[in-house]
Amino acid sequence: MEQSPLAIYQAHLDKGELAYQWSPEAGRAVFYPRLVCPYSGSTALEWRIASGLGTVYATTVTHPQQGAPYNVALIDCDEGFRLMSRVEDIDPMNVRIGLRVRFRTHKPVKSKDGGEEPAYPVFVPAEDGR
Amino acid sequence: MTGPINSGLRRGGAAIVGAAESDLGHVADGLNPIDLMAQGIARAVEDAGLKLRDIDGLLCATTQSRTSGLNLSEYLGISPRFIDTTILGGSSFMFHVAHAVAALQLGLCEIASIAYGSTQRSVGRRQASVREINPFETPYRPFLPSTAYALAASRHMHEFGTTREQMAEVAVAARQWALLNPAAWEKKPLTVQEVLNARMVSYPFTVRDICLVTDGGGAIILTSPERARSLKKPPVYVLGCGQEITHANISSMPDLTVTGAASSGREAYAMAGLAAKDIDVVELYDAFTINTILFLEDLGFCAKGEGGQFVTGGRIAPGGALPVNTNGGGLSYCHPGMYGLFLLIEAVRQLRGECGARQVKDAATAIAHGNGGVLSSQSTVILGTQATV
Repeated sequence: MEQSPLAIYQAHLDKGELAYQWSPEAGRAVFYPRLVCPYSGSTALEWRIASGLGTVYATTVTHPQQGAPYNVALIDCDEGFRLMSRVEDIDPMNVRIGLRVRFRTHKPVKSKDGGEEPAYPVFVPAEDGR
Repeated sequence: MTGPINSGLRRGGAAIVGAAESDLGHVADGLNPIDLMAQGIARAVEDAGLKLRDIDGLLCATTQSRTSGLNLSEYLGISPRFIDTTILGGSSFMFHVAHAVAALQLGLCEIASIAYGSTQRSVGRRQASVREINPFETPYRPFLPSTAYALAASRHMHEFGTTREQMAEVAVAARQWALLNPAAWEKKPLTVQEVLNARMVSYPFTVRDICLVTDGGGAIILTSPERARSLKKPPVYVLGCGQEITHANISSMPDLTVTGAASSGREAYAMAGLAAKDIDVVELYDAFTINTILFLEDLGFCAKGEGGQFVTGGRIAPGGALPVNTNGGGLSYCHPGMYGLFLLIEAVRQLRGECGARQVKDAATAIAHGNGGVLSSQSTVILGTQATV
């Protein structure tokens, strides 16, 4: 094993791509990335790049003790996998279930200890809704 | 799952003969989780009319000790023949009941004790239950477990029109029960409006939709039906057990409106030969108000989607048609982090008729349903009096 599933996923994100795995044996998408398909038991998992379009499946607004409330959502991507994420560029209370959203990469930011936090996927409302 | 997992377990194959809480709420400075387990066991052994040395099966779980089975055995000066420290979140103790029944049936032990202890209020939640980093969830700063349950609530509201007011009714009913329980943490009445107006934590939940953060622990003692009938208190028989695991993280839960309780309940009812309509006392793991609604649906007390409507009008409050969470629940009585054991303790006391002002009249059957993780592990135990065996 030269590269972990997480490292491959992260490398795609760094290029602005949302990658997921496809299980030929199960005939369905697998997410989060892993070594063994949870639907078939197969270790033959292929990497694919998602279109980046999805639909809000569930949503909440978390209110921290300090700072502004923020959205946490579960997004159903069009390719048939779900992930936790955040919908940005919209009032968190206006993030509705069923809202069509489009992926973008949240750029790495410097963390307190001087290191870089990895990039991660967030979503914004999809303008044309398709 | 296909086929009954617990098909080897005998209905009424074991009985609970002792049950006790440790100190609850905010315990004395310096007490640790093993202290509270030991205190609970000492009290439960006394309740059963047994001696500590009689225990030869030990089952326990806590987030604050990696080897709680070793620590507790050393503390008590025992070397159990059977030991099980399965930990799957707050439902762990219902899993322990099934494991204890199996061990007793197989003769792996004769007197089994299930124990729990937590000092999460004293030491702080962060200290008591360290969160694991998940690269696919942690970046979004979910406030776990609240955020996960709020996501489930959002889906229930979307699909079935469940309202914040209906969820608040769950908290109000729990509070009314708590006011009848001298051991409960909360001592003042609560209204729907107060729940709605409380500090927002993770929409749609205010702090009053969310369980308490207390210390606490306790223990129950199980043995064979034959041995049980020779002891101090009326035996409470294990009529049915069922369990289901659907995911670990909320982003992997298949359907946020249907929990594994649907399967665990089916399993437990099948073993018990009972249905929801046959249950006199209902004890459900209410870490959040949506839980009670989800489990009432999934355990067959009402149809899927009707839980919100079902809990209105005081139906699950004292004097209502269905007694639910008669100790005041995790919402108003006690919640040290893994609450499941307290559901079993309360069910046992109800079936013995020991509950005073909150006693459900002529209770012969009870369901104690445990939930763990973020709706992840579900385990159902159905209990009954001698008359039900």
